[in-house]
Amino acid sequence: MDLNNISEIARPSGRDGAVDWREGDAWLAGGTWLFSEPQPHLRRLMDLEAFGWEPLTISEQGLEIASTCKIVQLDALATPADWKAAPLIRQCCRSLLASFKIWHTATVGGNICMSLPAGSLISLAVALEGLCMIRLRNGSGQQVPVENFVTGNHQNILQPGDLLRSIALPASALRKRTCFRRMSLTHLGRSSTLLVGTLCPREGVFMLTVTAATVRPLRLAFPQLPDAGELRAKLQDKIPDSLYLNDVHGAPAYRKHLTFYFAEEIRRELAGTERP
Amino acid sequence: MSYIVNGRNFSKEPRPGQCLRTFLRELGWFGVKKGCDAGDCGACTVWLDGVPVHSCLIPAFRAEGHQVTTIEGLAKNGELHPMQRAFVEAQGFQCGFCTAGMIMTAASLSEEDRQDLPRVLKGNLCRCTGYHGIEDAIRGIKNIEEDRPGAACGAGLRAPASEAIVTGKVRYTLDTEVEGLLHMKLVRSPHAHARIVSIRKERALAVPGVHAVLTWEDVPRRLYTTATHDDYHVDPNDTYMLDNVVRFVGQRVVAVVAESEAAAEEGCRCVEIEYEVLPAVFDPEEAMRLGAPVLHDKSPESRIRRPGQNILLEIHGGVGDVAAGFAEADAIHEGTYDTHRVQHAHLETHCSITWLDAQNRLHVRTSSQTPHITKQKLCYLFSLYPDSVHVFCERVGGGFGGKQEVLTEDICAAATLKTGRPVKLEFTREEQFIGSTTRHPMRVHIKVGARRDGTLTAIQIRVVSNTGAYGNHGGETLYASCGESIAVYRCPNKKVDAYSVYTNTVPSGAIRGYGMTQTIFAVESAMDELARTLKIDPFEFRRRNIVRPEEQMVAESAVVSDTEFGSYGLDQCLDLVQQALTRSNGVKRPEGADWLEGQGVALSMHGAVPPTEHRSEARLGLGEDGNYHLAIGTAEFGNGTTTVHGQIVAAVLGSTVSRVRIVQSDTDRTGYDTGAFASAGTVVAENAVRLAAEALRERMLNFAAKHYGVSRDACRLEYDAVLCNGKRNPLADFSAAARQAGRPLEVVRKAYGTPRSVTFQVQGFRIAVHRVTGEIVILQSVHGADGGVIINPMQCRAQIEGAVAQGLGWALIEKMVFDENGRIINPTFRNYRIPAFADIPRTEVYFADTRDAFGPLGAKSMSEAPIYPITPALANALTDATGIRFYDLPLAPDRIYCRIFESSQQGQS
Repeated sequence: MDLNNISEIARPSGRDGAVDWREGDAWLAGGTWLFSEPQPHLRRLMDLEAFGWEPLTISEQGLEIASTCKIVQLDALATPADWKAAPLIRQCCRSLLASFKIWHTATVGGNICMSLPAGSLISLAVALEGLCMIRLRNGSGQQVPVENFVTGNHQNILQPGDLLRSIALPASALRKRTCFRRMSLTHLGRSSTLLVGTLCPREGVFMLTVTAATVRPLRLAFPQLPDAGELRAKLQDKIPDSLYLNDVHGAPAYRKHLTFYFAEEIRRELAGTERP
Repeated sequence: MSYIVNGRNFSKEPRPGQCLRTFLRELGWFGVKKGCDAGDCGACTVWLDGVPVHSCLIPAFRAEGHQVTTIEGLAKNGELHPMQRAFVEAQGFQCGFCTAGMIMTAASLSEEDRQDLPRVLKGNLCRCTGYHGIEDAIRGIKNIEEDRPGAACGAGLRAPASEAIVTGKVRYTLDTEVEGLLHMKLVRSPHAHARIVSIRKERALAVPGVHAVLTWEDVPRRLYTTATHDDYHVDPNDTYMLDNVVRFVGQRVVAVVAESEAAAEEGCRCVEIEYEVLPAVFDPEEAMRLGAPVLHDKSPESRIRRPGQNILLEIHGGVGDVAAGFAEADAIHEGTYDTHRVQHAHLETHCSITWLDAQNRLHVRTSSQTPHITKQKLCYLFSLYPDSVHVFCERVGGGFGGKQEVLTEDICAAATLKTGRPVKLEFTREEQFIGSTTRHPMRVHIKVGARRDGTLTAIQIRVVSNTGAYGNHGGETLYASCGESIAVYRCPNKKVDAYSVYTNTVPSGAIRGYGMTQTIFAVESAMDELARTLKIDPFEFRRRNIVRPEEQMVAESAVVSDTEFGSYGLDQCLDLVQQALTRSNGVKRPEGADWLEGQGVALSMHGAVPPTEHRSEARLGLGEDGNYHLAIGTAEFGNGTTTVHGQIVAAVLGSTVSRVRIVQSDTDRTGYDTGAFASAGTVVAENAVRLAAEALRERMLNFAAKHYGVSRDACRLEYDAVLCNGKRNPLADFSAAARQAGRPLEVVRKAYGTPRSVTFQVQGFRIAVHRVTGEIVILQSVHGADGGVIINPMQCRAQIEGAVAQGLGWALIEKMVFDENGRIINPTFRNYRIPAFADIPRTEVYFADTRDAFGPLGAKSMSEAPIYPITPALANALTDATGIRFYDLPLAPDRIYCRIFESSQQGQS
């Protein structure tokens, strides 16, 4: 929709300097959320496309995803053969409520910075132990694990003028086997619960990422695959009822129930297919 | 800056925060539609360098230097794009408002994409079709039949506007450029109940570009109702155009008119309003209690039955003795069924444009189902002579009853009369939720009893309907709620108590199913329970109890009405649905022990046309061009009446639909028509058309006999000529001859909505439900319909498919949710989901073979009614699968899971 208060589009230049940030400014990535709601408090949009960042970089260290990388680009990524986690990329990209047409515009960074519980790129980045590379307003850098970046429903650690530059997924995580479970109240709708399990092929470490069901992403780590009781106990212990989201896309009790149900399904699936 | 749209260069500069959608429309590309303006519905889909995007989310400046293609750019050299042709041939649309975006999406799909339509179409919402026609179009299936002379009745002919729809050329309300247009935005109440102490408009008036600020002191202080019925007395006069008391969050308080929407929005933010907040009540039962806040302290002139108790209308009636009936019952079911608020979600939001001409005549271009009554209402509100007001619609982008209401025209006209300027008001999608109308939430307490053999002994219902802050449609829906829903069952003892109650919530209004969907959910659930208790097959149970054509229809009283069985096909519908479920479509439930399976059925009877007056006038003539020209007041909003008008004219006059030219929904160019609602399109307007066509045929044959000096028996109408003694007189020549003779071949006929016939529906579902996740998969959906003679089977089937989809939305998905202050928390399509392609199964549609005694060519109505049995049939299937009765909606996975869990806990304890 038209954002009638916007009087200026700024194109920040210089790759590293501090930003001339004012009240009423907002970063514009794809714009698919900004332009979807009235934004009466905004006056100026800072166009991130001006930076011209390389969307996807594969290296020995893993995958670096620029925050401006379009979801369609990530979805289409060709990955090295030993990245067993590769299917998870597509599964998460396709778990958005938004249509594929919006993936042409929407960005990975935008999805993470929106910090909605159902943001499935958050699910991906947390499950694959991603790091947020942040450029602070003063120009300095900061690295934060994605699960600590998102602090609540539609909340994260960014302060005005701060910028999510990219997300780094380590190669070690990309080599893990993954298992994915998701449910929404409508077919292909917004996720009520989205869980990802990963199993390290070498050390046998099992990690369970809980998203959409909870107001912020949670990742539970186990030195090896737990039994059903251990898994339940840890879920019970680490996720208090207050963290389960209550909104029109699912009742909290339901989300909790699915979390336990999917967690056990994931545990069993990974146990069946992956014995180190 | 330079923009390339459909191969043409434009040097216009967009505003910094402008989205591509409005920029393209400002350049004149009106094929780009607004459904939600938030990226959820896809109606604005265009291509950027060949890639489909939602133009409402694209910052316009980013399109610079890229190739933009809109629906208008898809056809090349006058040849339709294959996908456009496919949408015509499959009739993949009804109102057509989503079609441009749908085609732009469909035409971009690869062969691989087409294998997964649920996924690739999830960004395109269609409220009309139920997606069947759309799927057929994409798969290249042709549904339309040939327009052959004299064979129009019973043929699957395409909508006359087909080409215009698929090319984006058809004009909806706002698809026009108006010079000097001002834009209106509304300040809406943040409080559920408040008195306005003061309004300061100085700061708003000081905003550059603001022309006028209208408050309750600036508009006529005249009570009226926003509902449009032929006789306004059936609704209460409880509303002021702008009021100094607000009664729901979202009620309009101030209108700001400015040179641009931006200035109007800024003006709205600058209006200073002081409210005295009053206590509010949201629940109708509470609102009826002593001491509850009173919403309308109004005189009897407002026609509110008991204003001090917030009771708009109450109905008490019955026949026989229910106590005696329950005493002789072997099984009784008693339960309270709650239904919730849902919205029409037609894709074209409410909107209108008003202006004055040089003679100071008021013109209103609007999106309405009732242009003629809207005109009357404007005359009343502004004390204008009828001949000084002109109201018209071009194509209307969906209605479902929502546009049987004056929501924009009045305030827009007030601004035009004040400023002398053309004014436009267009609701946002959010305003559709907070400031238009909804389905009435109802609480239905029902008690039914039957003997061991299944014979009903007593039916008792108590209905409490929430009309919201205003009584528009509150009374008529209440009458509808306790009518055919119980009249369809033969039972000597019936009792009804019903209340329509004011609360501080958004007004309820007219919507497909008009008050009866709610009670049918209760009645059909209750019948199912009785059948289960008595271990009688639910089809058989109904067969034993349904009213037969030789019997009187009795609801809350035995008074004889003009409702009659013009034809009777309920028995056939039951048989057709049961047979289809028995032979099965072969779809198996998903694998796994956690999937339960169940089957459910529900039925309904529907009296077409309101019990109050409904009228229509058809003007038909043979023009000098040799074509038949029809003028009819009823509006087209995807209901398909325009197609049927043409078919009736062609059928009666032995011609083809291609020779029929139609003018409609225009108070200057057509005779009075009450409007396109209450299933009146086919049985009132079309009856007028039939009468006119028959009269014209008589006149043509009589004139031919006289003019050519032959006997009348020697004259015959051919599709393009009048045949006299074997000599062909082309229609154009014939028309000219009549004109020369001073006998122009023109006739006018009127029709009335009486007697009222009844239609029948039966819906069957076979579903699978996952007992852990609560997910429902519909395995088979079967619908049996008795619409008399089906004039256009393809179109009628599509209307039924659309109704099934809308019913499933209500049953499974949609719900308006409010916070404790009466504010809706999900006024967007991403949070108020309506069914997408992935949510809707294919429905098998079967027609009963009957011929109505009253309808045109034996037809009955069939657009509204198929929604009735959908929800209870689904709920009954769910009960069959889980053993649990569901008393409220929607039947969403989280709620299903919670009930299964509770039930298992009870089982253990």
